[in-house]
This record gives sequence, C-alpha cells and structure tokens, in this order.
Amino acid sequence: MTDVMVQAEGVRKRYGRVEVLQGIDLEVRKGAVMCIIGPSGSGKSTFLRCINHLEKVDGGRLTVDGQMVGYRESGGRLYELRDREVCQRRAEVGMVFQHFNLFPHMTVLDNVTIGPVRVKGEAKVSATRRAGELLDQVGLAEKSGAYPRQLSGGQQQRVAIARALAMQPKLMLFDEPTSALDPELVGDVLDVMRSLADKGMTMIVVTHEMGFAREVGDSLVFMDQGVIVESGPPREVLSHPTQERTQAFLSRIL
Amino acid sequence: MPVVPVRHPGRWVAAAVVVVLTVMLVHSLFFSHVVLYGRRRERFEWSVINNYFLSTQIIKALGVTLALTVLAMAGGIAIGVVLAIMRLSPNPIVTGSAWIYIWFFRGTPVLVQLLFWYNAAYIFPAFSLGVPFGPALVHFNLTTWLTPFLAASVGLALNEGAYMSEIVRAGLISVDEGQNEAAQSIGMTRLMALRLIVIPQAMRVIIPPTGNETISMLKTTSLASVVVVAELTFTVEQIYSANYKTIPLLMVASLQYLWVTSVLMVGQYYLERHYARGSVRQLPPTPWQRVRRGLLIRPGRSGYGRFADVEGIPFVQDDNG
Repeated sequence: MTDVMVQAEGVRKRYGRVEVLQGIDLEVRKGAVMCIIGPSGSGKSTFLRCINHLEKVDGGRLTVDGQMVGYRESGGRLYELRDREVCQRRAEVGMVFQHFNLFPHMTVLDNVTIGPVRVKGEAKVSATRRAGELLDQVGLAEKSGAYPRQLSGGQQQRVAIARALAMQPKLMLFDEPTSALDPELVGDVLDVMRSLADKGMTMIVVTHEMGFAREVGDSLVFMDQGVIVESGPPREVLSHPTQERTQAFLSRIL
Repeated sequence: MPVVPVRHPGRWVAAAVVVVLTVMLVHSLFFSHVVLYGRRRERFEWSVINNYFLSTQIIKALGVTLALTVLAMAGGIAIGVVLAIMRLSPNPIVTGSAWIYIWFFRGTPVLVQLLFWYNAAYIFPAFSLGVPFGPALVHFNLTTWLTPFLAASVGLALNEGAYMSEIVRAGLISVDEGQNEAAQSIGMTRLMALRLIVIPQAMRVIIPPTGNETISMLKTTSLASVVVVAELTFTVEQIYSANYKTIPLLMVASLQYLWVTSVLMVGQYYLERHYARGSVRQLPPTPWQRVRRGLLIRPGRSGYGRFADVEGIPFVQDDNG
C-alpha cells in the first residue's frame, strides 16, 4: 500500500471545444489537506467533480487510493465501470457543495442517516446514534429534528459535512464550501473543517479562504485556464508567488 | 385623536347587486313554477331529483364512475411516471419510444380511442403471449374478455398516461440538479436518487395538476357512455329517455359529480400540505385550524385581529401536516 490518496497524471477534460482541464498533475498524500485556488472558470471545480465521477475524464490518469477513476484494471486491461461500481466508489468519497444541496424534504437527522441506512444497509439505530455524534461534532446536536430551510446557511453547510462524514469516507472533497455564506457564518464552517483536518482526514478543498489555506493546508495549488500554474507549501505560494499569473490573482483578492 | 377609516361605498353597491341576484337565483331554483301544456309544475322538479338522487340505480352508476376514475387515474399515473423517467433516460431508443407514445395518445381524440378499444376485439379477436411469430404460451379470447368496462378503463388510462407523463416530467425537472448530485455523492444509484430524493420533491409540482386531472377524469368518464358502460351519465340518459324528466336527471348527475369533486378538492389540499413539509419554514394553518383559532381570538380593534397572531395565544403547532 502506498500512502498516496489521489494521484493525477495529465488529466484532461473538455466540454465540446473548450478544454477545461489541460493536463493536471498532482498528488495528495493520505492525511494531507490540499487547497486549490484560482479564478472562476479555471477548472478547479471540474477537477474536484472528476475525482467523484460527477464528470468523466477524457484523458490522462486519475487514481483514488490506487484505483483508477472510472475504470477497473484487470489483466492488463481497463474495464469501464458499471453504474453500480461507480456508486460504490462514490460512497467512499465525501463531497460538500457550494450550495449545500441538503435534502429539503427530510429532517437534519434523516439527511445524515439516509446514506448509511439506504446505501450501506446499516441498521437505523446505529446510524441514528452515529448521526447524533456527528451532529454534535459540527455543533448542531439540538437541530436534528429541524428541516434544512429552518437553518442558516452556515448551519446547513455543517449538516452537509456531517452527511458526507456519515458515509465514513476516506477522502473529503469541498467545492467552495463557504462561498455562498454570509461572512459571519464562514468561521463556524471553517472550524469544523479545521478539526476534521486535525483528525487526519484527507481533504481537497477548493476555496477562496486564503487564511484557511495558509493555516490548515499542507499544500496549495493555483489553477488558471485548466492548468496548474503554481503549487507548493501554502505559506510559500501565498507569500512569495513565483509566477506572474499567481501574483496577479493574489494581488486582486488579498 | 379619533381615526376616520376609509369608506368603501363600492362594496355596498356590489353587495346589494349580489344579494338581489342571489335571491333571484334561489327563487328560480326552488320556489318558481311553470305552466306548460296547461299543467302547472315546479320549475326544476326537485321532487323528481329527490326521488332519484339516492336511488339504487344512480348509486350503482356513481360506483361505476368512481371505479373508472380510480382505475384510469391509477393506470395513468403509473404509465405517466414510467414514461417521464423514460423521457429523461440517457438511452435514445427509450426516450424516442416514450416520445412516440405521447405523440400518438395526445394527438388522437380520447373518444375515438375509447371506440377503438371497445372495438379492439374486431381487429384482435384473440391475444396470446409467447414467442413472437412462434408458439403461444398464454391465450386470451378478447371477444369475451374485453368487456366495455375494461375497454373504457384501459382506453382512459392509456390516454391519461400521455398527459400525466408531461406533468411528472415537469415535476422531475423542477428539482435542482444539485439534489441529484448530492444523492449520488453519498453513493446512491440513479434510481435510488430518483425514488428517495427527486420524486418526493417533485410531488409538490406534480400534485396540483394531478388533482386537476383527477377532477377532469371524473367527468371524462362520462365519455364511457358511448361504449355502453353503465356509469352515471349513461344511466341518467337511460332513465330520462324513458320518463322524459331530462333536466331533473341531468341535475341529479351534476349534483353527484359536484359533491365528489368537492371531496377530491379537500383531499388535494391536505395532500399538498403533506408534501409541502420542509419547503416553508412554517405551514399556514388549515381552514379548520383558522376556525378554531378564530373562536379563541377576540376580534381586535385593528380589524386584522381574527387571522393575525395575537399576543398570548400561541399558534397551533402543526407537526403531522
């Protein structure tokens, strides 16, 4: 077993004529936190979605925990995955979305337990107990009976994190988790993510929160127009960017 | 300082006009008489209506109408859900077949379709299941098997399926794509996400037009009278062609349709409430809850008091929809 969780080699993705990923190479070690920054349209969200099979990779090689995304290697051949196998792979990767995407017709508790109960076939009692623990962990134990629309954005996003964690994923993907939040609610969500990182969860975070990237990230990647422009330890990239495009981007947002 | 409220003279005029018209209508309906061929009789012959309204013949016919409505809607909804899912499938053959079905059944009159199914035994006297162009395994003799009632149920259900599929499809595409992605991100299959996440949310959009379709279907079943199904309209036609009490019997049928429609509307209201869970922070009170609350709250001076949240009287918490 290697200690690499995600490895990308020349990953390409195109929508029609537009090539949104033009050969991405990166590596995320187990237990590490990688933050991806970049202007909108740079392909960072697309790359995250590729890892979770929400988009199909057109070229290159992308592996999660040694398994190639979208394919099964056997006897020197690559077999395209069936829907059921894709679902099994997805269940091992948690994802948190910019707009939370909680299920509005279910209570907070049901949102968190539906994955373990329906997908993994876990007993309702134990799923409920674990959901209670997770909601406690994100500071929302008393909200388990509420419906998502009765919660603030920050609370909804923390429920979304608990929902993803309930599947006991080996990797967590965050797609701009705080971009849709009011500024005063961002801190609570980042605190939850920080404690998750401290517990050793492998995380890839697409974000505009430079403070978070600097303090929590083990590595930082700056993407622009479908390529990785610069990467390295967060403090170095943020304080001494070597590339002109990185400097321009950082000067605009800091 | 005294407050002078705005006067609304227009409302008084309108009220007066409405009162006069109502009195005229009530008089014409219940208290007026006509003289025809030297005989004086009640204009609407309420005694005849009264005699037939609860007669065994009419109640039986109402039962047939309700059975047709239920079968046609159940079949129509089932076909509609399948067609809607087919139309959203990534498989072009599946999408195309669903499209052709909807095109055909929406493009031909339902009356013609009913006549077709009624006469289907003429084209397909027998119906077998087995190997195509090979030996048959199960055999139906349609000339005896395809009763008028069955033909009407099948015809109405197949036609309704085409309309329901568009309603269901509108519901499914009204649900944000992010819901599907979130469901898939926790490992749900496409069908699981559809069943547990998308369809329950689509119901909010699907139910009002479906209620409409059900009410419409209740009355469309009267078309089954052309294929000799003894439903409500057929039965009153039979009776008045014998006793010439045409208008009173049509009133009997109309009143029966009317009360069933009223019940369906109440049912739809509560069904909509059930599926509104989570979509609003606090459900509005039902009419019944309003009445109960109205009795608790003394009318306020402001004039808004009756329905407003008056201090000290808690809103009735609605937990079970």
